[in-house]
Amino acid sequence: MENFYLEETSKTPKLSFDRKTGKFLMSGRSIPENSIEFYRPLFEWLDDYVKSPSDKTIFDIKLEYFNTSSSKCLVEIFRRLERIDNNSVVINWFYEEDDEDMQESGEDFKEIIDIPIVMNVIEN
Amino acid sequence: MLTSQFILEKGQFLNNLDIQAYYKQMQSSSIVMSYKGAASNDLLTSLLSIAQTKLAETESKSAIKKRVFSILVEILQNIYHHYEAVHGNSLHEDDAITFLLVKLDDTYTIITGNYVASKDVMMLKQRIDEVNSLTADELKEKYREQLNIGVVSPKGGAGLGIIDIARKSGNRLEYEFEEFDPHYSFFSLTVRISAN
Repeated sequence: MENFYLEETSKTPKLSFDRKTGKFLMSGRSIPENSIEFYRPLFEWLDDYVKSPSDKTIFDIKLEYFNTSSSKCLVEIFRRLERIDNNSVVINWFYEEDDEDMQESGEDFKEIIDIPIVMNVIEN
Repeated sequence: MLTSQFILEKGQFLNNLDIQAYYKQMQSSSIVMSYKGAASNDLLTSLLSIAQTKLAETESKSAIKKRVFSILVEILQNIYHHYEAVHGNSLHEDDAITFLLVKLDDTYTIITGNYVASKDVMMLKQRIDEVNSLTADELKEKYREQLNIGVVSPKGGAGLGIIDIARKSGNRLEYEFEEFDPHYSFFSLTVRISAN
């Protein structure tokens, strides 16, 4: 199984998902008009990954902003990771210290997702 | 002869005055950006990119800049999806959407106008009235509820966009519907965002 990698664009984030190390990164912006179309290949990749995941999966999310259709896709991604043994997955949610909106978004996911989400402040 | 000349002069005078008034209005209310025209995926991308550049010039607080921008993204993408549904009908494409971004004192105001199918008007009204009736905490609850459902329709759906806009703006959403013909209505939405 190959790694999943996509370069960042002005509307879509960088996606770097390493199969072997279990190190996942999503950074930049996520505001595509059709989010599902954009994320579908990643959903499929994750469906495969969760069948034989790495011992540890660490997912760093450093988003500047995202639209609501992307937030639904993030839920879809997290739902897939929920299928892995809970103790081996961690999500790191990064936000800038004065960015209440991005902090709130992290709290929203924390509330509805069954995976530990660690809040990380990026100091300005 | 005299009369027609008078009318012509009067007309010119009025035109001149209109432009001056418009110019003054532009200056005093500091319009950050305005657009009236067609809507397409590429145009939307350009509009958002211009908005971002303009906001970088007018707003020093990074968090406010992001908030205004992300609300703008949500509104314009909402319109675009509606436009796709309305597109191909008898409407003038040249004035399909109107949008205005204004900064007055410490408030950003986003005003948009677009055509929607008249059959959707009731549903839109209900959605906006509902988010307007909720407190900040209730909006948060509602947002989480909708988010939890995950992907329900190819367009995101379930009004998460409207909830998000209301939640981030922190103000009531103002709207108006005007019947254009039996099938379409002109929908205008005003969203205010405090820059403090």
